[in-house]
Amino acid sequence: MALDKTTVARIAYLARIEVPEEQLDALTGELAKILEWIDQLKEVDTENVEPMRKVMEIPVHWRTDEVTDGGRREDILKNAPETHDGYFVVPKVVE
Amino acid sequence: MPELTDLTLTAARAALSRREIRARELTVAHLTAMEAGRDLNAFITPTPEVALAMAEAADARIARGEAGLLEGIPLAIKDLFCTRDIRTTAASRILDGFLPPYESTVTRKLWEAGAVCLGKTNLDEFAMGSANITSWYGPVRNPWTRPGEEVPLVPGGSSGGSAAAVAARISPGATGTDTGGSIRQPASFCGIVGMKPTYGRCSRFGIIAFASSLDQAGPLTRTVADCALLLQAMAGYDPQDSTSADLAVPDWSGGLTGDVRGLRIGIPREYRMDGMPAEIERLWQRGAEWLRAAGAEIREVSLPHTRYALPAYYIIAPAEASSNLARYDGMRYGLRIEGENLTETYRKTRGEGFGAEVRRRILIGTYALSAGYYDAYYLKAQKVRRRIAEDFTEAFREVDAILTPTAPSAAFRLGEKSDDPVAMYLNDVFTVPASLAGLPGISVPAGLSAEGLPLGLQVIGRAWDEATVFDVGRALEEAAAFTTLPYGLAEAA
Repeated sequence: MALDKTTVARIAYLARIEVPEEQLDALTGELAKILEWIDQLKEVDTENVEPMRKVMEIPVHWRTDEVTDGGRREDILKNAPETHDGYFVVPKVVE
Repeated sequence: MPELTDLTLTAARAALSRREIRARELTVAHLTAMEAGRDLNAFITPTPEVALAMAEAADARIARGEAGLLEGIPLAIKDLFCTRDIRTTAASRILDGFLPPYESTVTRKLWEAGAVCLGKTNLDEFAMGSANITSWYGPVRNPWTRPGEEVPLVPGGSSGGSAAAVAARISPGATGTDTGGSIRQPASFCGIVGMKPTYGRCSRFGIIAFASSLDQAGPLTRTVADCALLLQAMAGYDPQDSTSADLAVPDWSGGLTGDVRGLRIGIPREYRMDGMPAEIERLWQRGAEWLRAAGAEIREVSLPHTRYALPAYYIIAPAEASSNLARYDGMRYGLRIEGENLTETYRKTRGEGFGAEVRRRILIGTYALSAGYYDAYYLKAQKVRRRIAEDFTEAFREVDAILTPTAPSAAFRLGEKSDDPVAMYLNDVFTVPASLAGLPGISVPAGLSAEGLPLGLQVIGRAWDEATVFDVGRALEEAAAFTTLPYGLAEAA
């Protein structure tokens, strides 16, 4: 699974991170090296091993479905780069 | 009376409760040390005014006889913990100007216990790094240098600012977070004590997320007793974190004996790696001898999948990071760089807002989770993770704790290893396995390298058995009698 420049550009697009064209070669080299090192995982026999999805076997809490917080519009908006009339202002989503 | 900044947390607490000192003068002494230690770049945001107000309130409570567990104790807080109305950055440009509208559970508990906030400490960007060189706010300097040299050394990472502040006597204790070694490795590099508790001991609510199945908060201090006390104030169930454990917080501090008689200590043979420096190997053997002399039984154990822990970690942690860091889109907080349309705004904001290491990890994670690669990378890594956790379960049938080196080297020069990500990742080779298994681990300073720099030993325990980890750590601390000061401080004294 060798990583090429086109794949890196595609992943970067999926991750919504702009990577300047002149940095793509170097980045591809770095990522390919990391993935090559990670490839040693293939040596491990994981036949019939369940993936670990939970770190600690602790009981999950059930709780009543009730409102415990809210009404903090001002708090929530105060860090926004741009707001208007109590709303976030974002670039046009639908062209 | 020694200098106020030399007091351990425990000693400061005793002096405060006997009214020999006031919280205000204790805080002023540490703020003065912070000012004198500015060249370390340990703090992103010092909070002297907040600290003085909190110290005065602590003095008032002590006078009324209402002292909490940490009343009047100054602490440095890793800038990954959200602190209400105090700038919180995660050392990233993308959180530029962010003022949290809420308080993390861990810091809330500390303030409720009476602690005083000295400031927010520097770290690797989003806690991704092992040398504190990826911070948007510049690298942190280790207060240690090689004797007779002035070449800056790294403090380790990612909790590098916290570790440097504690080692430099700017703060008697600090909070850190540890995902793959970010408390233990900097503790080792700076000659102090650091513990990552069991996954679920401390609430993650309000801690800026890196890899949610691995992130844990923990204390950095100068003694094991201080570490136990500080963790006691940080830990506890929190309904706002579904992975926090609803277990009573033991009195680790009161229960600490350092008695290891009859304990079985495991030495994992797979940690004896090719190319391990002889001085690390010798330190490890000396640690085992100290514990044997203190009455413990030393046994060799096997953790067969150890060498696969790092590569598994470098799939799981970046995968979780790519998901967690998707929230930084420039719309609701932090940096926004306008583009022609929405997608371009996202791409520009994230392209400029994230540094090189964060970008690398997000891309690795995105790749590992993308269609066609999910099974080969992510699922495979999760299976290997189970194998690693099972290794520990097996080993803990035969032993009560495991002794290993904390890191494969002492602190290195600023700039070393920075052009080779994999070489940098190897710093965490001894700390990552316990992280993947969710187990508690402590690093205790145990000696000096040939170059005169501190080296730590790590004790790993069973899940929820921090008490044994503290006792073994205390026994090592007593035997090592590590009292060397960073050279700059020793000369000043």
